[in-house]
Amino acid sequence: MSDTPRAGKPRIATCSLAGCFGCHMSLLDIDERIFELAELVEFDRSPIDDKKKFDGRVEIGLIEGGCCNEENVATLREFRRHCDVLVALGDCATMGGAPALRNDIPLAECLREAYLEGPTVHNPERRLPADPELPLLLDRVYPIQEVVPVDVFLPGCPPSAEAIWQALVALIEGRAPELPYELLKYD
Amino acid sequence: MSGTVTITVDGREIETREGRTILQACDEAGVWIPRLCAHPELSVYGSCRVCTCLVDGRAAAACVQPVRHGMVVESDSERVNELRRTIVELLFVEGNHFCMVCEKSGDCELQALAYRLGITHPRFAYMFPERPVDAGHPDLMLDHDRCVMCGRCVRAAAELDGKPELGFLGRGIHRRVGADGGAGLAGTALRGDDRVATICPTGALLRKRVGYRTPYGRRRFDHAPIGSAAAAGDGEER
Repeated sequence: MSDTPRAGKPRIATCSLAGCFGCHMSLLDIDERIFELAELVEFDRSPIDDKKKFDGRVEIGLIEGGCCNEENVATLREFRRHCDVLVALGDCATMGGAPALRNDIPLAECLREAYLEGPTVHNPERRLPADPELPLLLDRVYPIQEVVPVDVFLPGCPPSAEAIWQALVALIEGRAPELPYELLKYD
Repeated sequence: MSGTVTITVDGREIETREGRTILQACDEAGVWIPRLCAHPELSVYGSCRVCTCLVDGRAAAACVQPVRHGMVVESDSERVNELRRTIVELLFVEGNHFCMVCEKSGDCELQALAYRLGITHPRFAYMFPERPVDAGHPDLMLDHDRCVMCGRCVRAAAELDGKPELGFLGRGIHRRVGADGGAGLAGTALRGDDRVATICPTGALLRKRVGYRTPYGRRRFDHAPIGSAAAAGDGEER
């Protein structure tokens, strides 16, 4: 680890890998407590403040989504390197979620159906996406704990705003989050 | 009195009768033990092992273990719940349990057990097996992705509906519920109003066109863990 700890408020970084940004929406759904959160923490690398790169140590990293391509894996590893506590935020991070519905179908078959043979496909040149800008797909979608060690799991599709709030407050105060029965949900 | 035996469950003495299983004795005494394949209307089966207890120090399934006078049962302890947690996690990773899109979510006993045991994620890698859906029947659907091989449907069809048309096919990890010898539900005499249609603890065997009717917040396990009603003396969980 190259980062040295920084003075000031704890920092939070977030990202959405193979997710739908629903978990980020649920984070915003804490409503006016977002002001309280802004008092408690500093947002670091996150789509919320549009910061694109890490430039130091971050206390809490929230990962939405699993890994469906090589870029997801690189981003996830970068988060693991820079964050003290890594949180799997939502079902896609903890079990693959809807993107993982493709996991029992071979990748070539998925691409064939999506770009060549699906009933609504219009692709007269019969080309599969192959631009070098596009990250390569993995053979299947991986839950993040199958790629890097993960410290905290918040399941849910999405985890409720209350669950995210309680977990964040616990982490900021240096405690392990313990969700009450009604906040532990897989839907 | 002959036939009366006393067992101790988590330090509490329970008087019951010879021939009862530990699970039956505990149900009658209002002590709830987690279970999946066991069902009060069905014959004793013993496939899921979720009701595992320590019986005189050894792990045993409460649903098939007969009581014996003086037996000491440990059920609601951290080390026993840890065994159950492992079993439930294994059930999750060996199937395809996409709770977020499942119409049984909130009413599912597998999910409810995981909630009760406080499972936030399984500690094992997901297998993502390929399991086709049998949607050919007009009123019923069999989604093998969500099946935990508890055999409740197999027993209910034979024992309650008098239609022994479901069975198990294959062995080991390839085992699956087969209808009509594997041809599918459509060729069976099973109907949407048979008992079998609502006996599945998960979303594997479902009635069609009744999903998502109960809103979030009013489903069976939204507010209180599975087993709460039975332990409070309100009768069977189901």
